[in-house]
Amino acid sequence: MAAQGSITPNPMPGSSRLSAVSGSQAKPLPARSSFASRFADKWFRGIITLSALSVLAIVILIAWQLVVHSDLSLKQFGLKFFFSSNWDPVAGDFGALPFVFGTLVSSLLALVIAVPLSVAAAVFITEMCPSWLKTPLSFLMELLAAIPSVIYGLWAIFILAPLLRTYVEPFLAKYLGWTGLFSGPAYGIGMLAAGIILAIMIVPIISSITREVMTAVPQQQREAVLALGATRWEMIRTGVLRNARTGIIGGVILGLGRALGETMAVTMVIGNRPEIAKSLFAPGYTMASVIANEFSEATDNLYLSAIIEIGLALFIVTLIVNAIAQALVWASTRGMPARAQA
Amino acid sequence: MTTGSLRVQRISLRRRAVNGLVTYAALAASIIIIVPLLAIFGYLLMKGIGSINWAFLTQTPKPVGEPGGGMGNAIVGSAIILGLSSLVGIPLGIGAGIYLAEFGRNKFGNLVRFTSDVLNGVPSIVVGIAVYGLVVITQKHFSAFAGGVALGIMMIPTIARSTEEMLLMVPRTIREAAWGLGVPQWRTTLSITLKTASAGVITGTMLAFARAAGETAPLLFTAFGNQFWNWNLNQPTAALPLQVFVYAISPFDEWHRQAWAGALVLIILIVVAVTAVRIVTSRGMYRGAA
Amino acid sequence: MGVGINVRDLKAWFGVSEALHGINMTMGANCVTAIIGPSGCGKSTYVRCLNRMHETIPGATVKGQVTVGDVDIYEGSAVDVRRRIGMVFQKPNPFPTMSIYDNVAAGLKLNGVRNRAKTDEIVERSLRQSALWDEVKDLLKKKSGASLSGGQQQRLCIARALAVEPEVLLMDEPASALDPISTGKIEELIDELKKDYTIVIVTHNMQQAARVAGFTGFFLMGNLIEFDKTEKIFTNPSDKRTEDYITGRFG
Repeated sequence: MAAQGSITPNPMPGSSRLSAVSGSQAKPLPARSSFASRFADKWFRGIITLSALSVLAIVILIAWQLVVHSDLSLKQFGLKFFFSSNWDPVAGDFGALPFVFGTLVSSLLALVIAVPLSVAAAVFITEMCPSWLKTPLSFLMELLAAIPSVIYGLWAIFILAPLLRTYVEPFLAKYLGWTGLFSGPAYGIGMLAAGIILAIMIVPIISSITREVMTAVPQQQREAVLALGATRWEMIRTGVLRNARTGIIGGVILGLGRALGETMAVTMVIGNRPEIAKSLFAPGYTMASVIANEFSEATDNLYLSAIIEIGLALFIVTLIVNAIAQALVWASTRGMPARAQA
Repeated sequence: MTTGSLRVQRISLRRRAVNGLVTYAALAASIIIIVPLLAIFGYLLMKGIGSINWAFLTQTPKPVGEPGGGMGNAIVGSAIILGLSSLVGIPLGIGAGIYLAEFGRNKFGNLVRFTSDVLNGVPSIVVGIAVYGLVVITQKHFSAFAGGVALGIMMIPTIARSTEEMLLMVPRTIREAAWGLGVPQWRTTLSITLKTASAGVITGTMLAFARAAGETAPLLFTAFGNQFWNWNLNQPTAALPLQVFVYAISPFDEWHRQAWAGALVLIILIVVAVTAVRIVTSRGMYRGAA
Repeated sequence: MGVGINVRDLKAWFGVSEALHGINMTMGANCVTAIIGPSGCGKSTYVRCLNRMHETIPGATVKGQVTVGDVDIYEGSAVDVRRRIGMVFQKPNPFPTMSIYDNVAAGLKLNGVRNRAKTDEIVERSLRQSALWDEVKDLLKKKSGASLSGGQQQRLCIARALAVEPEVLLMDEPASALDPISTGKIEELIDELKKDYTIVIVTHNMQQAARVAGFTGFFLMGNLIEFDKTEKIFTNPSDKRTEDYITGRFG
């Protein structure tokens, strides 16, 4: 569909372009095709915009469903739902504190383990790694990120938990038992196992974002530090990590968000007992796990509503955490990785 | 030439030591991270490979206590559910991605982008609850259809963002060339921009698909699972990750054995997808335009 | 007494591609030596070999001898040497997360100077030396290094380099990203600094070389074509290629 004469670039193609032809008498193209293409353009734009709108619609629908179905429980218990530790389906009394506790403790434990490892590995891959090793290493990280939660759980039940029970937990009890964190019978299954498997699962996210923001630091910053007479680590610390700070924190928070919502692997090894205990050896329960386990067993509407209220809380918390994280990462890389070649 | 002295001083031992230590610590961290990956793959192979046979791939589960049987229905069920999810997730995802790339440099576009990231961060079990409310309660039963909707919803943000990214990589000059030739917007976007970025868009879709394939939580109360063959989209349907979960937490050794096998099948499919994605993206974007 | 720089048969590579083909040059103490030449002739690479920054590029290698003062800088650790040979880069690169004070003190902090009084003194002295003190003395800890104007940022980078008291100052097109007024200020600065430092400045601006440098070296395609007093190079060059360049026939 080539136009005749000279063409002035026009951001609304298919519309008035033909009338902008300068110079000689240009024979206009048949009106029908110009009309048809404008019509098609409008339709196209409409469909595309609808798709974009669907994203908004979906989030709103999710929120709406959660609120509507947790209505019973919200009315019955109010805010003290989250401060009571009595989860008693038989008596119809529901308190979600054990789950909140379990979610927080397992996620924090995961962060404590994962953050130093992820950042250190990211530093290695970005700044210290020989180039032939970079691709295989980052590919392995990608594989780690691709393993489904249920497979992490399977491995955790049959390999990690026995390992903890036989070697790690006795060791910890012997040398660090005085802290009170490592007491009680060593089942293998429990908060510690959940924290460890969560840590393994969030390492790829934290590491890949750290790598991304570190790579975004301009080379001149590194050179400026080196020229002052710095060792490589000093250069990394002052010239890279310091500049990438905000983004790294964003990555950590993103990892936290993932850990808070993680369901299957945690359900399989945390022991599923709605109790609050000091020791990491003790079984626990998280918000996501109780939903997974008891949703289908919920015999009456109040029970189901209580479970869905936990889902609502999880939704709100992960929403806030992820929003903060995204903002930090965005600020650090100055906009998403998408590059528009203007 | 007379010249003064360059007063070079050896940097302190402490600084050199710290530098060396940090290098080893960083290397150690990288190794520590890789170990679980190798352990998981290793055990999957070890424990699962023996149990994968024709019977496993084609039979349904046997009643508790009887040895044998398989996950044939779960594999097929997963395929059905994923097929449904693709019908939901791929068009909406690519459509949203096109919007963001071609028309989305404005406030509304930013809102959509933000919301997409929010949706990405919603725990999958919460999506399951919402779909339960929307579909299962309305239909009054569990179904493959509900499972498909749940997984489809989860695919949308990933596909949208990666489509946007790939489309933005196509240089503006290509679009301008098409407009200059009189090609209308819709045609330019579909036949030229999208086609140029097709390799990247497809790999992004494959990645989202592979992730959805491994999801269990959203299926717990949508597809629900099924011990038998099921071809009815409106009935509860088995899915591979769901079956692995149920078997893993059961007290039966026979089922544990099969759980490993099912997990191995699942991970093979996912690894193939991820590797394919890597290969295609490393070859570059413009094979479509060549 | 200042230090001179003696370069013997210096060769440099980017991977397998040879960028410098055996440079021989002696740069005098407390002199300003300008390095000129068309784009891609190797002038930046040359200067980066003088403080062992070239080898930080993956795949880059160096051969030959560079003696600064009485030290062969390629013997021993690069880190030790870099403190004594300061560098100012083409695009000002202050540390954006640090205040003006912390920027200047960065090198000191790295090298273990903990005494606050001493650091304060050195920071003030360095900022005076780079003619920035009066403009920022009230904002030292309040403003970040990146919030200054381009010309101020570059003078900040100069102060940062001077704070660790090097003997030599290498400048890679320090004014090319700046406006004419800032450029003028930097050139005045160089004139002052040469009393205490040996300076090597890369520039694509021949008038600048004529204004600030006592000696000039002309590079072409990785070779040193001619090296002599600045006025001789610009009024009566010995080599035809030098003449062609300065009269604008190419480059």
